[in-house]
Amino acid sequence: MALKLADMRTEVHNDWCPGCGDFGILSAVQMALADMGLNREDSVVVSGIGCSAKLVHYTNVTGIHTLHGRPLPFATGVKLANPHLNVVVVGGDGDGLGIGAGHFVNGGRRNVDMLYIIHDNGVYGLTKGQASPTLKLGEQTKSLVYPNITSSINPLVLAMACGYTFVARGYSFNVQHLKKLIREGIEHNGSAFIDVLQPCPTYNDINSKEWYNGEDRAEENSGKALPRVYSIEADGYDGHVDTAKGRDSEKVMLEAMRRAVEWGDRIPIGVFYSNDEIPTYEERMHHRVPEYMDVPPAKQRISDNRKKPIADITPFMDELGV
Amino acid sequence: MKENRLQWCIGGAQGSGVDTSANIFSRACAEGGLWVAGKREYYSNIKGEHSYFVVRVSDTMVEAMLEGIDILATFDEETVARHFDEVRKGGAIIYDPSLSQKKTDDIHTLDARIKLELAERFRQEGGVTIKTLLDDAAARGVNVYPVPYGTLLNSISSRTGERRQAILGRMVNVLAVSASFWLLHYDLDELNSSIEHVFGGRKKLSEPNKVAAAVAYEYMKGNFKESAEYRLRKVEKKEKRMLLNGNQAIALGKLASGLRFQTYYPITPAADESMYLEKFERFSMNDSDEKGNLMVVQTEDEISAITMAIGGALSGARSSTCTSGPGFSLMAEGIGWAGINEVPVVITDYQRAGPSTGMPTRHEQGDLKFALYGGHGDFPKIVLASGDLEESFYDANHAFNFAERYQLPVIHIVDKAMANTTMTLPYFDPARMNIDRGLFLGDGTPFVIEEGKEYERFKITENGISPRVPIGTPGGIFWNTGDEHTELGHITEDPILRDRMMDKRMGKLDLALKEIPEDEQFHYYGQENPDLLVVSWGSTKGSILEAMGKLEGKKIGFLQIRLIRPFPSEAVTRIIKSAGRVAVMEMNYVGQLADIMAEYTGHLAEYRIVKFNGRPITVDEAYRSMKQIVEGKSEKRVVLTYGA
Repeated sequence: MALKLADMRTEVHNDWCPGCGDFGILSAVQMALADMGLNREDSVVVSGIGCSAKLVHYTNVTGIHTLHGRPLPFATGVKLANPHLNVVVVGGDGDGLGIGAGHFVNGGRRNVDMLYIIHDNGVYGLTKGQASPTLKLGEQTKSLVYPNITSSINPLVLAMACGYTFVARGYSFNVQHLKKLIREGIEHNGSAFIDVLQPCPTYNDINSKEWYNGEDRAEENSGKALPRVYSIEADGYDGHVDTAKGRDSEKVMLEAMRRAVEWGDRIPIGVFYSNDEIPTYEERMHHRVPEYMDVPPAKQRISDNRKKPIADITPFMDELGV
Repeated sequence: MKENRLQWCIGGAQGSGVDTSANIFSRACAEGGLWVAGKREYYSNIKGEHSYFVVRVSDTMVEAMLEGIDILATFDEETVARHFDEVRKGGAIIYDPSLSQKKTDDIHTLDARIKLELAERFRQEGGVTIKTLLDDAAARGVNVYPVPYGTLLNSISSRTGERRQAILGRMVNVLAVSASFWLLHYDLDELNSSIEHVFGGRKKLSEPNKVAAAVAYEYMKGNFKESAEYRLRKVEKKEKRMLLNGNQAIALGKLASGLRFQTYYPITPAADESMYLEKFERFSMNDSDEKGNLMVVQTEDEISAITMAIGGALSGARSSTCTSGPGFSLMAEGIGWAGINEVPVVITDYQRAGPSTGMPTRHEQGDLKFALYGGHGDFPKIVLASGDLEESFYDANHAFNFAERYQLPVIHIVDKAMANTTMTLPYFDPARMNIDRGLFLGDGTPFVIEEGKEYERFKITENGISPRVPIGTPGGIFWNTGDEHTELGHITEDPILRDRMMDKRMGKLDLALKEIPEDEQFHYYGQENPDLLVVSWGSTKGSILEAMGKLEGKKIGFLQIRLIRPFPSEAVTRIIKSAGRVAVMEMNYVGQLADIMAEYTGHLAEYRIVKFNGRPITVDEAYRSMKQIVEGKSEKRVVLTYGA
């Protein structure tokens, strides 16, 4: 039975601020999951801590709201123990690139088949707007006593350097485009990362919805706003690696990084880099353990009907035998 | 003559083959039906620092170490300098005569404190030499045996054609072992068989080492009179036995009890457990031709290790991680999350000397309070302490059973002494284990989801246990959060619900205490109504039991507490009240168990016997401290200090 968008919603009261970019991400996630026609129990959304992390409570699939910075290792455990689950991870930029940066880096190395979405708003909203790792050097958002003294991370470049095999950026007020990215990210075989630009109407008064829409810069003749956000695909960019056709990962990644550092008046969104040629962690494991996909750790019998162990440890004791 | 009872020690620079020699020695004894217990001491270093291995051999099962050495096998000057004084009268030192004139001051890895002590003690002009120390030992009645390793290596070289110094150099290990066996009148066949096993049938290594064994044996025979002091003799073995260490015992226990997902970050002395578990990536099953598999994931840190293990448990696998002090500290937040979300996960903590990095390769029982109280807020967890390798095998299953039955994190607390003790044990019997996975939704339990209703993961039930489901179960969608939550698992800050949820979670500890059999809570040894009750936990067990044996005639009881949270307050109070004097013996500075016991029983133990120098409590130390108390001569706080 096909799922409708309404099936993906829970009755939990949503307490995000009016106008928050998180609403767009929530809708896009729910629409993508409904569209894909997966059984609800086969999907799990794992989140960190912060406004973004509450997304799991508003979404009607199993939701694991974890610790600040730790959604990736939680999700990795869920997925590796049962690789048949569809695992989506959501968190904030402070969560994933500040306190959880070590997991972000190493998550790329593993290339576990799951999607990681970062709500990127440049601030720590739930603690009243401190600078996050993506806020640009010298910017002074509403809560900051002084301009930001720390440089920013470029999440897309970092993700590629770490080994994520699908790297994209979305914009939370372009829900249809974001939904498409999320679906592609879920369908991608490997670790997919989507950085979602998400205005925080309460604490980030610089990178606001109006700013992304370019309302501060009008076209000379018509007076119409000139949006900063544009689609790289529409611009003719193709980020897919296809070594056989001469588009190897090094070539595509360098081009993708060049596009990813674009910022200011032109901010690209879309798929920057996508590489299906690198085996996932699960495939690497399956190569070593042929039974892994059929009977992964979570699906194994461990005792007989008398509750006795069934793993035969005798050969291992024999190896130690004297 | 002492037959089949002795302590043999070999030492040398880390990386020079000390472990291999000890392994060959131990195996040769074990294959001859003798029981061994070996203690490994080493620095946090890869190559060059002094490491040593003491092997205790006996014709009955042993698990604790005595003071003193009967045979000291050395091939470097540092081992002589550090251990010559420990060798008993009538014992033996095997040494390389070419090192006799070496000065202790020139041993750059020897601690300044030891150099100074030797200098002050011997006041030798020109400096203390190895000869000074050996002469001193000889004067005490120790037999010294010069074995010219260089000459023997030349002879091996000409017999085998091996010319490479790097290969020949390592054979001093077997020379020292073989020379020891000659002194002990022990059969060369056992040694050869052990050499073959240790070198894994690689003839290129085993054959020349067998030649080395023969060369040393012949040399000893031709140059010395047989020792009349010691003898090792083969005895009949009645059952199948293994030679294994604590990391291996626990890993085997975990595999048998159904562990299928283990995470870890490298740390001494825990990591060996995970590396050994990796060997079980695929294994056979008793009741089918299918292969089982166990996944071990090396993570980027211990925060990832605990949270990833929790993830595995949420999917339904029996999951665990293992670590030591610093890593255990990093896991605190994750363990709290498992507590509030009622996730069954097992953390095996191999305690080592803290605080901070402390002494990473040395022993301590200093994590107990952290295991009990670590983490912010109140949440239930079970802390289970094993007393020896055999217990630790079966406790691996108890830990998982408790975790799944009560849906909470379980800390299985062991220590460095257990991790690095190598001993002979009869084969384990997994059929003694019962696997209890606790309450699942459906699955024959009274819990099913009513039509039109949602599954409530944290349903308030009479005994606090709500049926759980693995992620991915049809109809079993649920939510977890580290926030206080509703029965569905959504965030709440409602004060009434908060109270109910706290009661639900914490109440599981009372339930556990009620249900867990007494034998899994504590062991009591010795006489009822003792004059002296010794209370302890963990790997002090072996020394205390053996010391009790030596104090025959005294009315002593030993209470080994295994379940430390929830604390068996009533039973412990009852036992304390039945006793005269009460002493708590443990390997930490403050007497952590003594404090915890006071908290839960209101009884402040009269004596605290503690040790924190990084070396395990010996049988002799346990004996002396207990005897002093019985004779009314003991201080209230005794600090034990033996160890090199």
